[in-house]
Amino acid sequence: MNPLPYLEVRNLHKRFGDFTALGDISLDIAEGEFVCFLGPSGCGKTTLLRAIAGLDPQTAGTIRQKGRDVSALPPAQRDFGIVFQSYALFPNLTVADNVGYGLASRRQKRPEIVARVAELLALVGLPDAGPRFPAQLSGGQQQRVALARALATSPGLLLLDEPLSALDARVRLRLRHEIKALQRRLGVTTIMVTHDQEEALTMADRIVVMNQGAIEQVGAPQDIYRAPATAFVADFVGAMNFLAGTLDAPDRVRVGGLAFTCLPQDGLARGAGVRLCIRPEDVRVRDLPADAVNRVAVEVAELDFVGAFCRATLKAGDTALIADFSSNLMRDLGVTAGKKLDVALPPDRIRVFAA
Amino acid sequence: MPTTRVRLSRDDVLMRLGVASFAVVLLVMVGLPLWSLLVKGFEDRDGNFVGLANYISYFSTPALFRSALNSFHVAAVCTLIVVPLAFLYAYALTRAVLPLRWLFQGVALIPIFAPSLLPGLALIYLFGTQGFFKSWLGGGQIYGFEGIVIAQVFYCLPHAMMILVTALSTADARLYEAADALGASKVRVFFTVTLPGAKYGVISAALVVFTLVMTDFGVAKVIGGNFNVLATDVYKQVIGQQNFSMGAVVGMVLLAPAALAFVVDRFVQRKQVALLTARAVPLVPRPKAGRDLFYTLFCTLVAAGILTILGMAVWGSFIKYWPYNLSLTWANYRFETFDANGWDSYTNSLVMAVGAALVGTTLTFIGAWLAEKTRGFHLLRDLVRLLAFLPMAVPGLVLGLGYIFFFNAAGNPLNFLYATMAILVINTVAHFYTVGYLTATTALKQIDPEFEAVSASLKVPIWRTFARVTAPICLPSILDIAVYMFVNAMTTVSSVIFLYAPDTKLASVAAVNIEEAGTTAAATALCVVIVVTSAAVKALHLLADRFLLRRLQAWRRR
Repeated sequence: MNPLPYLEVRNLHKRFGDFTALGDISLDIAEGEFVCFLGPSGCGKTTLLRAIAGLDPQTAGTIRQKGRDVSALPPAQRDFGIVFQSYALFPNLTVADNVGYGLASRRQKRPEIVARVAELLALVGLPDAGPRFPAQLSGGQQQRVALARALATSPGLLLLDEPLSALDARVRLRLRHEIKALQRRLGVTTIMVTHDQEEALTMADRIVVMNQGAIEQVGAPQDIYRAPATAFVADFVGAMNFLAGTLDAPDRVRVGGLAFTCLPQDGLARGAGVRLCIRPEDVRVRDLPADAVNRVAVEVAELDFVGAFCRATLKAGDTALIADFSSNLMRDLGVTAGKKLDVALPPDRIRVFAA
Repeated sequence: MPTTRVRLSRDDVLMRLGVASFAVVLLVMVGLPLWSLLVKGFEDRDGNFVGLANYISYFSTPALFRSALNSFHVAAVCTLIVVPLAFLYAYALTRAVLPLRWLFQGVALIPIFAPSLLPGLALIYLFGTQGFFKSWLGGGQIYGFEGIVIAQVFYCLPHAMMILVTALSTADARLYEAADALGASKVRVFFTVTLPGAKYGVISAALVVFTLVMTDFGVAKVIGGNFNVLATDVYKQVIGQQNFSMGAVVGMVLLAPAALAFVVDRFVQRKQVALLTARAVPLVPRPKAGRDLFYTLFCTLVAAGILTILGMAVWGSFIKYWPYNLSLTWANYRFETFDANGWDSYTNSLVMAVGAALVGTTLTFIGAWLAEKTRGFHLLRDLVRLLAFLPMAVPGLVLGLGYIFFFNAAGNPLNFLYATMAILVINTVAHFYTVGYLTATTALKQIDPEFEAVSASLKVPIWRTFARVTAPICLPSILDIAVYMFVNAMTTVSSVIFLYAPDTKLASVAAVNIEEAGTTAAATALCVVIVVTSAAVKALHLLADRFLLRRLQAWRRR
């Protein structure tokens, strides 16, 4: 990472009366990075974005952009472009006038504005939409116009507030790729707020997972998914088994009558109540060596067909475990409800959190 | 921990200045006149503080106290008649399939365009001492309680009906389907779905009718006879006896129930919001022969009643000498023969109404915009909102009286406004401010709240977005406000009756004067001119809405 981050957030607090919306947030974002704020509704992600924009200023704390302290500046004196979930396109202006809205007030010459608008509309793949009104466009097209309008003044920072949430699933998937590709091409530092973990995982360079006004974890999508730092992240991002147990030794967890080996846990006391976590797709079934670690005999209690795979509920005594089985595996092993199987939980895939 | 103090942008500074100026303007227009009125009630004729003496003398004078009881009585009876009538009419318009539905709706709205004198005058033609149907009264007379009630029913019906149409048209079809699927009877559906859904509308309509009757001056003035009510008492105390202190006391007594009704209504409206969901499916009535026939007959009957009163007024205004010489004449429209101002009072009304429409629309819309969009500055914004709501709770007579006390006070630098056309415009705008403000606020709340954020991020000044985006989008509502102000300025009597000077007399006031002088026909003619003018402006508005706006607002089409 660069020695000087593009955006530096330090000890940011936001309170509404007695309610703490943001508690002591610190965060660095590098130039050209695509960062997602991810979390459930009410976690403070939008509040943080709006504080960075200056729309709803923080109660305390500092924000520096490119070394300049912008903490106390009104939005008009900061450098950002913003796209909202509602698009916030001006309905009575044509697409071209919308995109050129910020250019017209900069005393640019008319031909320059026209050329820039055409360039931006081409950039977002709507070269012919200029003379039309927003209401005549589809939701996806409107969102692209909003993006073009936000980029028109070449801001140093692009803020996206749940930009894809109002769109239907197919359009959303396509726009994900388009926005990401556009961002890479322009190299504009981008922050996107989303509650959709899949969106964050596919688009972001780094994800900031937030909960109850605090940052739970910051990391690359793979790290967030593979090595969730907290039980909240483990639960919120992707599907996860949570098995309640006790830590018998730094690398041994007892769950009911079963004992599992995991990587050595520091920071958790022996005998402490813990939760053992493993992702459903990490439960191994095939090619188990005879001496496989964490081998468990289970019975298939339920099978939910999800399309590409089946989500199986496995029972080992009183302990229930979710596992994802591919269609291939189902066929090869002849998995049906009631079938008895041996599965293994690879120790390097197990995460242990305090209960 | 140091808290962040955000620096203000130029937009912020300008808007805060705007809010502060509005607070001052509204204080002058509404707050201070009411304060003057309040103070006046505690002073004697010479301006010395006398504590509650005026109030004590008011409540111990049976003649005065009697009026308060009369007002309550007549208001309660009118409410009990108008609300069920309006409910059935609104129900017919929204839940039955009526032939010529638009016509029925239109006819029921006509009374809004008339000064409240008009139904009173029409009743005099029909049932007065010389009335066609006087014999129907069986020796009784129309002047007094019965006359007031009939005229008020005519006058209040559209107000109640509009509220109930709105309440009944927000019904969710899914609730009715669910009730049907569960096998509920028609009666049970009515009491468990229809009525609860419209409950707040019914309460609101009842409060509006009650307040209108309590505070109306025109009807009681024309047809009240010896039946005194609060509104006529204020007029008599102030104009007749020049007893301003007692006028102020009666005004305060008049203000109390109106203000109470207003507070209850706000409370009820707040509950109403939770009732509506965005996912409701609108209910579209399906034809059903028996029900539709019943409601068509009912609506025809009510519409016929309204048209009879209006038609009587129009016909009467053209008759040479009621009831002896029924030949038609324009003589009653030669107003110069009945009133020194002649047709000038009509010109004055037009000037005043156009002025009120321009000033009122500008003030309410910009005021609402400032109150909605200014960042921070909560205390003054709340004050501006409160002052914008206040006029709704204040009867016109009371506001007009407050204006005398405030603007006519010796030390007031605004004294020069007294007895000018300007004060009539200011007073009318203040009187009808709340509805304009609410219309503007509703329109502003419907547009995307992030427009200002987008403008700021694009470094576009907020006033530019106001002019290029916000105001154009709200154009239909802006026109609504303008027409509302115009129509009310044309028809209002109550508050301006204290404020006109000989050369600024308005048509509605001239009608009162002419009627007082005993020339019913000419007073009626003047009222007819007012009805025709305001109805024509409304018709023009509808045409403009249909054709002009549709072309200007091509962007609304998908």
